[in-house]
Amino acid sequence: MTTTYRICPRSGLQFDKDAEKLMRWHAVAGVLALLLGGIMALGVILTRWPAVKLLEADVFYMWLTAHGINMLIFWIIFFEMAVLLFASSTLLRCRMATPKLGWVSFWLMAIGAIMTNVAIFSGESSVMFTSYVPMQAKWHFYLGIILFAVGALITCFIFLGTLVVAKAEKTYEGSIPLVTFGALTACIIAIFTIASGAVILIPTFLWSLGYIREIDSLMYRTVWWALGHSSQQINVSAHVAIWYAIAAIVFGAKPMSEKVSRTAYFLYILFLQLASAHHLLSDPGLGSEWKVVNTSYFMYFAVLASMIHGMTVPGAIEQAQRLKGYNKGLFEWLRKAPWGNPAFSAMFLSLIGFGFLGGISGVMMGAEQLNMLIHNTIYVPGHFHATVVIGTTLAFMGLTYFLVPVLFKRELLFPGYAKMFPYLFGLSMYMVALVMMGAGTLGVSRRHWDMAFAGAPMAYEWPGAAYLMMGLTGIFGVIACVSAGLWILQIVFSLLFGKKLEEGETRSTPIPLTLPAPTPGGAAHPPATPGTMVLALIFLTAFILYYFVNWKYLSSLWGMA
Amino acid sequence: MADKEERVPVMQQVLDNPFLLLFLGITIPTVLYVLWGVMEIANIPVAH
Repeated sequence: MTTTYRICPRSGLQFDKDAEKLMRWHAVAGVLALLLGGIMALGVILTRWPAVKLLEADVFYMWLTAHGINMLIFWIIFFEMAVLLFASSTLLRCRMATPKLGWVSFWLMAIGAIMTNVAIFSGESSVMFTSYVPMQAKWHFYLGIILFAVGALITCFIFLGTLVVAKAEKTYEGSIPLVTFGALTACIIAIFTIASGAVILIPTFLWSLGYIREIDSLMYRTVWWALGHSSQQINVSAHVAIWYAIAAIVFGAKPMSEKVSRTAYFLYILFLQLASAHHLLSDPGLGSEWKVVNTSYFMYFAVLASMIHGMTVPGAIEQAQRLKGYNKGLFEWLRKAPWGNPAFSAMFLSLIGFGFLGGISGVMMGAEQLNMLIHNTIYVPGHFHATVVIGTTLAFMGLTYFLVPVLFKRELLFPGYAKMFPYLFGLSMYMVALVMMGAGTLGVSRRHWDMAFAGAPMAYEWPGAAYLMMGLTGIFGVIACVSAGLWILQIVFSLLFGKKLEEGETRSTPIPLTLPAPTPGGAAHPPATPGTMVLALIFLTAFILYYFVNWKYLSSLWGMA
Repeated sequence: MADKEERVPVMQQVLDNPFLLLFLGITIPTVLYVLWGVMEIANIPVAH
């Protein structure tokens, strides 16, 4: 079978046509899952808004299950598989390994996603994203997730196979590009995640069929979180790779230090998955040594890695901007950045929100004592909406604006909305995450249909601020859902009705390898990045303050006198 | 010895080997998180 390549006239990127088609199908499937998960989000948010309380309890838990699974598994992983294909065959400019197997993988994922959704909407699998035993879903709920995971696992190995192809066919020299290295990190974490999922979900599937009598609930929770939390660490690696990619696409920025950035990814590979333990910090069956080693020692190496990326990405942008002459003061490079370009504004809002809201709160939750303040409260969804929605989803949405003309060869419709969208969606999600965390600090429960526990024998009187913050969660959540819905419409309309763009040259051999031109003398000493240093210091100050405020809060809850 | 190939640093050799990274990325969390955690749970005495 011969491979054909398309050279995109707008980006200069070379696409293996098989890989390109698979990327498009994965991206579209991901957006469909996002649409379904988004509709569910609207129902969930309008129910948790105390003044509205839209859905009945049984429907609420069904919608919450569908929201969690479609957003945290299907949308994200479909899109990440497209990123793996792009980062391997396109960035390494080589043919994709085993394209036929790529289709088997895609259809396994698609059938799995449909099967699980059918199980959820049939109404007997409202076990939520975590599906903790002894709650039991229908057998096809588990089987769907297993099929989806097997499909994703195959794509991970196709990614690794494509790296081998590129090396054998010498389509790159030296090390793989940094963005591909980030995708490799995501791929490795994905393989660990899926293997852990198989270890726990296959017995659970057999339990749902009656072949296994019992699954220990703590054993389930421990192994399941190696799937549940690590799947979100795939996101972190993937969206950081996208930050670097957008910085390179928009500014021509080069990493400040390849060595430092790669070392940071290496820390992710070794330690990021261990953060799964923070879900079990209140479980009495696991010892403090296990908890502290996993979350409070080794997890900090991964936190260090995130802080490195959080500094090197804006640092690379600052260097690129200063080389273009934006040298006035500390922040001219940032003021003169293309804030109307949605790929950039989405990426920058993703970076700031991920660091300040998701990162700091994640470290706080990872400390065993502080975790007691917020465990199983709505603070936890506040944290992961900051990481997964602001960090990952917003970065993916920003990248999609680049992909519409380059991958789908269509002109983007409604460019005015594209300029506005990252602010509308991103800032409303900032508010959602903040007020959820605020309500969680006051103790509002994570998932309960009715925060007031109306009719319970022992009523609890919440402070007015808790109701206010849940109301604000509703208001900003609706704005976020509507703006994301309009984004989906914009992308779908652009793909269906946008002006067809030039296909570009098609060839049967890849573009021959050409080494980059020698660096001009002036760029041998890249400019200093004082603006990024100031941003990093502001971040560290916020980090320290928030951390110690929580210790103070803990001490006031448990007075020693 | 201008022709002599430059020696690749050990760390770069590690980072350039995806299968070694895959081995490390699977083994470390499997040992520290999964196996250690499962062993702790398996050692909880059964109530009588």
